[in-house]
Amino acid sequence: MVRCTIDAPQGIGHGLKPMATELSAPAIPLRDPANSFQDMILTLHDFWAANGCVILQPYDMRMGAGTFHTATTLRALGPEPWNAAFVQPCRRPTDGRYGENPNRLQHYYQYQVILKPSPSDIQDLYLESLRAIGIDPLAHDIRFVEDDWESPTLGAWGLGWEVWCDGMEVTQFTYFQQMGGFDCKPVAGELTYGLERLAMYIQGVDNVYDLAFNQQGVSYGEVFLENERQMSKWNFEVADTDALFDLFAKAEAECQNAIAADVPIAAYEQAVEASHLFNLLQARGVISVQERASYMARVRDLARSSCEKYAEKMAPEWAEKYPEWSLV
Amino acid sequence: MADFLLELLTEEIPARMQKGARAELEKLFTRELSASGVAAGDITVWSTPRRLALIARDLPTETEAVREEAKGPPVGAPDQAVDGFCRKNGCTRDQLEEREVKGRATYFAVIEKPGQQVADLLATVIPYVITQFSWPKSMRWGAASITSESLRWVRPLSGIVALLDGDVIEFELPSHADVYSDASGNLEFKKVGIGLSSGRTTMGHRFHSNGLIGIDDADDYAPKLRAAHVIVDQEERAGIIREGAKKAAKAAGLTVVADEGLVVENAGLTEWPAPLLGRFDESFLDVPPEVIQLTARVNQKYFVCEDAAKNGGGKLANAFICTANIDATDPAVVVDGNRKVLAARLADARFFWELDQKTTLADHAMKLERITFHEKLGTVADKVERVAKLARWLCEEGIVTSERFPAKAGTSIDEAPDSGRSQPSLGLASEELADLAEQAARLCKADLVTEMVGEFPELQGLMGGYYAEKEGLPQEVSDAIRDHYKPLGQGDDVPTAPVTVAVSLADKLDTLVSLWGAGEKPTGSKDPFALRRACLGILALMDGNGLRFSLGMAVFIIFDRVQERYERLKTFDAWTAAKQQQGNLEENVREKVFSSAIELYAHRQKRRLDPDMLEYVKRGLILPILEFFADRLKVQQREAGVRHDLIDAVFALGGEDDLVRLLGRVHALQRFIETDNGANLLAGYKRAANILKKEEWQPGATNPAPEPAEAALIDALDTAEPKAASAIEAEDFEAAMEALASLRAPIDAFFEGVTVNDQDTVKRDSRLGLLARLRSAVHEVADFSRIEG
Repeated sequence: MVRCTIDAPQGIGHGLKPMATELSAPAIPLRDPANSFQDMILTLHDFWAANGCVILQPYDMRMGAGTFHTATTLRALGPEPWNAAFVQPCRRPTDGRYGENPNRLQHYYQYQVILKPSPSDIQDLYLESLRAIGIDPLAHDIRFVEDDWESPTLGAWGLGWEVWCDGMEVTQFTYFQQMGGFDCKPVAGELTYGLERLAMYIQGVDNVYDLAFNQQGVSYGEVFLENERQMSKWNFEVADTDALFDLFAKAEAECQNAIAADVPIAAYEQAVEASHLFNLLQARGVISVQERASYMARVRDLARSSCEKYAEKMAPEWAEKYPEWSLV
Repeated sequence: MADFLLELLTEEIPARMQKGARAELEKLFTRELSASGVAAGDITVWSTPRRLALIARDLPTETEAVREEAKGPPVGAPDQAVDGFCRKNGCTRDQLEEREVKGRATYFAVIEKPGQQVADLLATVIPYVITQFSWPKSMRWGAASITSESLRWVRPLSGIVALLDGDVIEFELPSHADVYSDASGNLEFKKVGIGLSSGRTTMGHRFHSNGLIGIDDADDYAPKLRAAHVIVDQEERAGIIREGAKKAAKAAGLTVVADEGLVVENAGLTEWPAPLLGRFDESFLDVPPEVIQLTARVNQKYFVCEDAAKNGGGKLANAFICTANIDATDPAVVVDGNRKVLAARLADARFFWELDQKTTLADHAMKLERITFHEKLGTVADKVERVAKLARWLCEEGIVTSERFPAKAGTSIDEAPDSGRSQPSLGLASEELADLAEQAARLCKADLVTEMVGEFPELQGLMGGYYAEKEGLPQEVSDAIRDHYKPLGQGDDVPTAPVTVAVSLADKLDTLVSLWGAGEKPTGSKDPFALRRACLGILALMDGNGLRFSLGMAVFIIFDRVQERYERLKTFDAWTAAKQQQGNLEENVREKVFSSAIELYAHRQKRRLDPDMLEYVKRGLILPILEFFADRLKVQQREAGVRHDLIDAVFALGGEDDLVRLLGRVHALQRFIETDNGANLLAGYKRAANILKKEEWQPGATNPAPEPAEAALIDALDTAEPKAASAIEAEDFEAAMEALASLRAPIDAFFEGVTVNDQDTVKRDSRLGLLARLRSAVHEVADFSRIEG
């Protein structure tokens, strides 16, 4: 906590102690990524900022994975270099456990790094970032184990690994090959750190709620436990399913409306919205097995056509700047 | 002679692809060099997660000059043809030679290929090998991937070492794969963009080594890398893991459960393997050992251990062995991290194990209504219903009895398959057996909706068996649930417990027939529903248990239960196809047999059958399925040394759809054919058949004055025919063969002493008639014309 005191006149107030009026220059504690969740995040920000990434803030929408952030999906299209890093809160309604499971959350954080084109030293950079947050690869067994990625929803796939640290998956490492059905030209490298499990490992904690959020004694549980309880209940029991179905239909219509109006970024947002509404409906258990496939196909159509529209809209501009590039 | 070293440094290559990659590298390298007439004395290929290396020993330093000739068009051919020929051979028109070929002046191109430095050859061959390299999955990367045509590799390729006797073979890898052309027969290589260059430096272990390592030549490659904590030889790494795991287990008083696949996989994941043993909480041992082993192996690539039991057959111990890729500063830290991950996985597994048991299998089975078996055939619940009825029928009909049939193929069995069968004399009454089989069948797929099988599909059956035991269901039922997928392939145990046999057979028959009818019969290499495997499983069950029944009737019964679906969905695919070839199908004795079997079934059910439907079942399902079985039978019996032509010979008679009886006949036939009598009779038969093929005659003639050999043959046939017929009736195929054997001497004598083509038409017709009679007699046993030799 930032120490800050305000000096109030004597005799005034309700038994409050007198406070200093000037803001004393707060002492910024040294980063301690091994003992503080937020310091780990800030250290990653420092590291990737120093390596040329723009540090973005989370996308202000509910989404299931950092990959849905436009800084990843849409920016993976086109020839322009793009280096960005950001934290993205992820919503997985069906993973909610009312705060009772030490490992599962319906809301958690991913740290995303996107580097386009993928630099030749991307693995070294990544390992350097692990060192920065306190993982010594001679003390811990770091491995790159085959794990390819595919998202039919986004018409996307890539090859890469899951990175193991002493047998635990801590990062997804992917070279995007296609997005929205188009070849990625050039290919972007995507790193997705699972922040909570990485922090649990570094802090030596077995329950996510026991994580130290900062250096001043605030725990992850103090920040999120009540949120998990209430949101789990809402996701599984409370949410008005008629309203959700209605919202899904509206998001779908609005997506199509935006595509027709040639504003594909807006269309893409509606696709992301529809995707999350579908996840909520799943958690409420109101989508039958037969319907499930059809809903997934509808979301896929929205996401893909938004990406396609975006690529097609931008293509002339990109081609002008990069003559060797072409959309297909 | 020179030694060549190639190393391709790559970001982590998936373990499962390394073996194939080594083979591909050797194949392409050898092929491209031999195209220039160069062969290496010895080639070694190594792989680690980060590199592929090849050492070729004793290469020549120069290729030999080659003189090749190509024959072209005749002199005077159109200019276009001659020019094309020149272009193809890289020469000009005035370089062509004229030569006489079969009296015609013809152009020849003579191509002199001078000797070439092997170093130069390698500088073109290696980039070509890299661009032509085929991976199961490959990708583009980096700045060059601004086009779709950029070089593809399994993961980014980051360095190339190419040394011939210590000298760098210099080349630059193109950033694009399509700049090579060998249209002219020569590799052409244009430098495009920024590629990767060959050199002599590589990298050591990712964490134990820093900076670049210079390689002098092929001989110091492995030692230099070893000094940099990289063991390049995958076999050596596998050995370290195998032995290290054994040693670690032994030190803990345990034995490691051998798993060679896991050894190879870990060798593909490490450059400096270090097996480490850890312990997990003993309480997890409540979970079935198969679950623990799978969790450890599939998710974490760990070995598991057993108590070192004194008499073998140890129990799973609470220990695991992971393979680190470093000499860790403190191995205990690495082990502890791995232990935590495994504990979390095992906690999940235990959660599933306990959760699944809160619901009975019968309640789990209700959820099968939500799983589609096949879009035309409905849900798994529908399939279970059919399997339950069929399993019950197999028991009620006495096809599966609790008395194991002593009757292996070839021995006599009193009952014909579709006459009413007697009750089994030992063990469970057929009604009791039928109840158990139906119960087991209704539950056999229930574990598909359990959490555990959702997580580990390979545990299907096994988990159902465990849950059934926990529920206290009869042992026969839990055994049947566990084993009903068996046999899974040749060499797998064939179930013999009657309840298991009934469920397993019913399940496989239903799969085969219902999917076949839905148009999913295997074609070529496509067999998405593994119907071939189902068929082989059925054969193994029938053969291994001596199960006697009419396959045609079983097919009909299954069809009878799915036909509503076929009709509703209008999927008479097979029917339509069959109708079209109706004209080509000969009216066959076998159809009569099937008709009678089916009619008998219908009669018992007091139903009238639609003749159109019967026709469909016969032509669209039974006949093709029977042929499918015949093919599989040949495959299955090949290993047992049964000749496929003999199977054909018996199948060709038609009318037989009891495959155990059919095999009995085949076995007897094989024994017979391998005797002198058999071989000679076959020769006599073939001679008779050849004569009959050429000649025309009036049947029914009788020679009033037969010669002695002729009369002897008539007598022999008079005796043999009824003997053979009654032996076949009694399914005593040995006796039938003996009856045929008695014909051998008379037929030899007949050909010796009697002229068939006599001037006298009556004599001739009568003797040809006699040969025809012989042929028919033999055909009672098998169609000898199908027998080879």
